Amino acid sequence: MLYREAGDFKTSYAEDSQTFPIVIDRVGYYVVLAIAFGVIPFLINDYWANAVFVPLLIYAIATLGLNILTGYCGQVSLGTGGFMAVGAYACYKLMTAFPELNIFFCVLLAGGVTAGVGVLFGLPSLRIKGFYLAVATLAAQFFLVWMFNKVPWFYNYSASGQINAPERTLAGIVITGPHTEAWAKYLFCLVFVVLLAWLARNLTRGNFGRQWMAIRDMDIAAEIIGVNPLKAKLSAFAVSSFFIGIAGALFFAVYLGAAEVGEAFGIQKSFLILFMVIIGGLGSIFGSFAGAAFLVLMPVILKNVLVGMLGWQTDIAAHLEFVIVGALIVTFLILEPHGLAQLWRIIKEKLRLWPFPH
Amino acid sequence: MPDQVLFGIEAATNGLMAGVMYSLVALGFVLIFKASGIFNYAQGVMALFAALTLVGLQEGQVPFAHLINAIFGTEVHHFGWHMPALLAILLALAVMVLFAILVERYVLKHLVNQEPIILFMATIGLAYFMEGFGDLMWGSDIKKLDVGLIQGINATIDETTYNWFGYGFYIDNLDISATIVAAILVTVLVLFSQYTKQGRAMRAVADDHQAALSVGISLRFIWVLVWSIAGFVALVAGIMWGSKSGVQFSLSLIALKALPVLMLGGFTSIPGAIVGGLIIGMGEKLFEFAIGPMIGGATENWFAYMLALIFLVFRPQGLFGEKIIERV
Repeated sequence: MLYREAGDFKTSYAEDSQTFPIVIDRVGYYVVLAIAFGVIPFLINDYWANAVFVPLLIYAIATLGLNILTGYCGQVSLGTGGFMAVGAYACYKLMTAFPELNIFFCVLLAGGVTAGVGVLFGLPSLRIKGFYLAVATLAAQFFLVWMFNKVPWFYNYSASGQINAPERTLAGIVITGPHTEAWAKYLFCLVFVVLLAWLARNLTRGNFGRQWMAIRDMDIAAEIIGVNPLKAKLSAFAVSSFFIGIAGALFFAVYLGAAEVGEAFGIQKSFLILFMVIIGGLGSIFGSFAGAAFLVLMPVILKNVLVGMLGWQTDIAAHLEFVIVGALIVTFLILEPHGLAQLWRIIKEKLRLWPFPH
Repeated sequence: MPDQVLFGIEAATNGLMAGVMYSLVALGFVLIFKASGIFNYAQGVMALFAALTLVGLQEGQVPFAHLINAIFGTEVHHFGWHMPALLAILLALAVMVLFAILVERYVLKHLVNQEPIILFMATIGLAYFMEGFGDLMWGSDIKKLDVGLIQGINATIDETTYNWFGYGFYIDNLDISATIVAAILVTVLVLFSQYTKQGRAMRAVADDHQAALSVGISLRFIWVLVWSIAGFVALVAGIMWGSKSGVQFSLSLIALKALPVLMLGGFTSIPGAIVGGLIIGMGEKLFEFAIGPMIGGATENWFAYMLALIFLVFRPQGLFGEKIIERV
């Protein structure tokens, strides 16, 4: 029962190419799923849902999305906030225009709309590369936020310019609106996370993922060996935007309930999610979760320690948080530029070789 | 002349002046990018930090007063002096040089040979750090910066244009001084990089790190030098922007405004930064003037990026950038 493949004989191709080849990994995965679905919903209260679990799950989806684009396909994007806003507003328009439509499909369709917008803004990536592309995606960020502010059709001509999620139910359980139970929010997001993570994992190890990685490693070489850059880049933009759109829709409809576009989906959000990708590890599904968890949990812990235990003023704590986040990012990049996922990989490698050093 | 044309000319002139301000920030980016290949996102926060330090020194604020009061329960806030502007500027410059040395020693040195994206992320981390640090050190309230630059409408231009066209142009004195300062700054930078030994070394490093190392140029010294110069440029930009709209958090966002300028001009070209700034400044003011009212205004938020985006599709290396040659 040690952590290694030895003795675990594979007798079919399906077994040989499974996601978790090692028994303990596989068991661990099911245990995590069982706890997430079977234990946490019964223990969760409003504080834990709103401060930790729901943002964690939603950011994990967004991070997965950006990781597909940046980590697997190598296209740096700073437009994540804008694309999340597309998801949120698409979801809002669908919810208000078709009140009978199931909220689950609203969120999925919002992802689809975002995918379309993402492809549109992904078109320049065929000509522009590297930093130039990163800055070009800022155009998407600022233009989209401006558009949602200025075109009243998007916020249904409401006087405040805000969008408010109307109450919607799924199988009789309230999912959005002010009367939502903590466990309902949590479970609804969790279902999306599991589905999308499964999708991401299987996309990235298949034909699409290999095309993306070829483009990332060297696009000209990839083109020569027969990868179509148009198809590969645009599909990466589409899939990534689909994820990010769903994250935006959930962020607005389930988590915030009401949103003002500049505040909720500004440039800071784009940077935050890029941080999650980098700290978690570029090109890693586990890393997306680890990065999101790190950056969601750290401010909560810092706040609890500085304000709750030491009794400092909140503004000092807020400034210190900036200092610490900044310092941590730099330290991280110096010590382990490949992120938390790489640390995890090293630990697993050590475990497999144990008790031998090499 | 019809009014519309006059208004247009006024908007264009003001746009050019605003463009000079963008160029000031963009210059700092280009300097660091050329010398170390680092895309320094922290340039905007450096401008903010420099301006904060300048105000703090001038007013005689006690650094970290807030934090000290919170820990020791004291009530310190000011030393009670008022420093002359020039001395404060020199001291602020010294702080920026110290910052450059620290960044080189504790960050850059460890990140040699990493991919550009990692270095870029490191500068974002640095930006976060400095932002929080600046706020902790000097407080986060909006401050007035006054180093003796004249502000307000330029009466001479107003009068002359009124006599000529029957409509007085509104041109801010501060913008005029910013233009002059920027012109001087660029001239000095060009002279420095063309005619001094250190400037030549800087250009050598920009050309090829390894070749520069092999002829005995200290990479580390050049990096400190370049970051100090970028700190100096940030200080100048901070003074100009701070005098215009107060020293506050939004000052750091001008870094984002400088990005399209860079894209238009090319990341590696100093003249590009200037021309790009002028085009962007004028373009966005004219667009806001001509098209803005039709589509709800505030187009300045995104126009520059869209312009740069469309421009890049046709010329991916920018106006003056080096031609990108790719090989397998």
